[in-house]
Amino acid sequence: MKKSKSDELKDVVLESGIKVKSVYGPDDVKDLDPDQEIGQPGEYPFTRGIHPFMYRKRPWTMRQYSGFGTARETNQRFKWLLEQGQTALNVAFDLPTQLGLDSDDPFAEEEVGRVGMAIDTLKDLEDAFAGIPIDRISTSLTINPVASVMLAMYLALAEQQGIPWDQVRGTTQNDILKEYIGRGTWIFPVKPSIRLIGDMVEFCSRNVPKFNPFSVCGYHIRESGATPVQEMAYAFEIAITYIEEVLSRGIAIDDFAGRIAFNFDIHGNLWEQVAKFRAGRKLWAKIIKERFGAGSPRSMVLRMIAGGGGGGLTIQQPENNIVRGAYYALISALSGTQTMALCSFDEAYTIPSKRAALLSLRTMQILADEMGLTDTVDPLGGSYYIEWLTKEMERKITECMEDVEKMGGMIEAVESGYIQREVSRQAYIRTKRIESGEIVKVGVNKYVMEDEKTDIEFHPFNQKVAEEQKKRLDEVKRQRDGENVKKALAGLEKAARTGENVMPPILEAVKCYATLGEITKVFKEVFGEFKEPIGL
Amino acid sequence: MKKDGPARGKKIRVVIAKPGLDGHDTGAKVVVHALKEAGMEVIYTGLHRTIDEIVTTAVEEDVNVIGLSIYSGSHLPLSRKLMEQVKAKGLTDKLVLVGGNIPYRDIDELKSYGVSEVFPVGSKLGEIVQFIQDKVEL
Repeated sequence: MKKSKSDELKDVVLESGIKVKSVYGPDDVKDLDPDQEIGQPGEYPFTRGIHPFMYRKRPWTMRQYSGFGTARETNQRFKWLLEQGQTALNVAFDLPTQLGLDSDDPFAEEEVGRVGMAIDTLKDLEDAFAGIPIDRISTSLTINPVASVMLAMYLALAEQQGIPWDQVRGTTQNDILKEYIGRGTWIFPVKPSIRLIGDMVEFCSRNVPKFNPFSVCGYHIRESGATPVQEMAYAFEIAITYIEEVLSRGIAIDDFAGRIAFNFDIHGNLWEQVAKFRAGRKLWAKIIKERFGAGSPRSMVLRMIAGGGGGGLTIQQPENNIVRGAYYALISALSGTQTMALCSFDEAYTIPSKRAALLSLRTMQILADEMGLTDTVDPLGGSYYIEWLTKEMERKITECMEDVEKMGGMIEAVESGYIQREVSRQAYIRTKRIESGEIVKVGVNKYVMEDEKTDIEFHPFNQKVAEEQKKRLDEVKRQRDGENVKKALAGLEKAARTGENVMPPILEAVKCYATLGEITKVFKEVFGEFKEPIGL
Repeated sequence: MKKDGPARGKKIRVVIAKPGLDGHDTGAKVVVHALKEAGMEVIYTGLHRTIDEIVTTAVEEDVNVIGLSIYSGSHLPLSRKLMEQVKAKGLTDKLVLVGGNIPYRDIDELKSYGVSEVFPVGSKLGEIVQFIQDKVEL
């Protein structure tokens, strides 16, 4: 028999291990029940989108990551971004702040203000938001192990501005489990860290109903090397862990699931990403409805921020990243995201420059206003390939979740280092596949310009900024009432030990200008510190 | 005893370290995998190590190579501090490598501290393995 032409074609295998045929047709989707599996946008299982009208009614929210050196510098950038039409703020903190260290801590040396702004006390947050009425914006605070302290500072700031807490909107990233897997800003052991998240959810559900106390990040897991399937599966297992913690406090699923938000990554194969999000929406709806018995459709929808991942960008031929960013934004829109945050073209090596941040914003605005991306809901829905691939992704994500559950769930799987090993193994495989040319990166392993020598630029580190920050901290420490601070910290320690909700005593402490480092130290004494499983 | 049995060839011993607060460990872990696959004995320190801790590990584990992985932009002060310690402790027989998010223009300065080679993001795993195999005499 003569070999058919398609046998001569090269195999196409997606990163998630799915083999792709050269053409799809009705036979590939004949087992899919359109009502059960695909449904209508805004209706269970939400495969096509979480709202009936999606962008036709309101385009996605546009948000860019920003935050520099000192709170005062950051304040300038914030005001400028808002003037340019950005609708929400996304705050970057420096590493000492993210790790609960004050700017005068010896271990913070050389890092103060380097990758974001330094916050030591409420005073710094006051400066960052000076002249910005925080009831008019939604703010995303990119902070994890000490998110509780930053939330307390933000709420204290609202009080100062005369804004009631039920008008405060925003998100603390606060996904500690992914920090152990990918991003590396962890402090305390796993279980007390999850308790802190539970305390925040409990506190917000009573007092700050429009605030999202955590955002589950598949993003950083994918950036650390995971496949798109692992990204979804691990994010869902993490979210399930937090949900179980909150439920154990007697809060009903429908009272908080509607505020859970996810942060996902986009780079790599366009179709695989779109199918990942469609499958993800469907799976998440099923989990919340069937596993947790939610009744409200609001609880079941997968709300997400999805933007271009830094991991897809390259240092080589950096202008190519502008083009990649535009395609990632397109994927994000085709996937039905709620909020888009694009990596800027310089993000492979630094936090975004002003010019790069503006270009990202304009990229999203061009998509929304010029290209018809807001015309109709889920325009790829009904494509034989997309529907088939969505089903395949669903199957693979489910399998990957089962693997974690066999390990005893996410807490076990992170404490033992299982997830970290899986992800780093995948990162190694991916690196080798890029080196061999199996995964093509334009400018890196194909269409390389041999004489290219583009150098990277860091946001300049300014020793003076660090010195000023230390001086300011010193000033605040001198002016505050030391006795009050001592009392507040003692109250916090008691709450931490007895299992009382820590949010009210943290609020007390930040209001009398206790430092982030002082508060973190109390937790370290009570909870201890995480021991990283380092076997690979 | 940390020595290999007489039947097996002696292996190159490497410590891959993450100094400071930077949490980007993907690159470091990928290098650990590559060096292991090339037959080396690799100790990974994990995140948030001080330079003192890294030097202590290098001494205790009797390594031939110290590899620092730095993405936060503080590669100059951290590497300088490491090399001061290396010299003070008489460990100058060790090969010191720095990798991560390193601008090309800083490479000469890093080498002036005594760093043997710098492997910025984008370096091939094979290059790193080859460099170590060429330079380390067992």
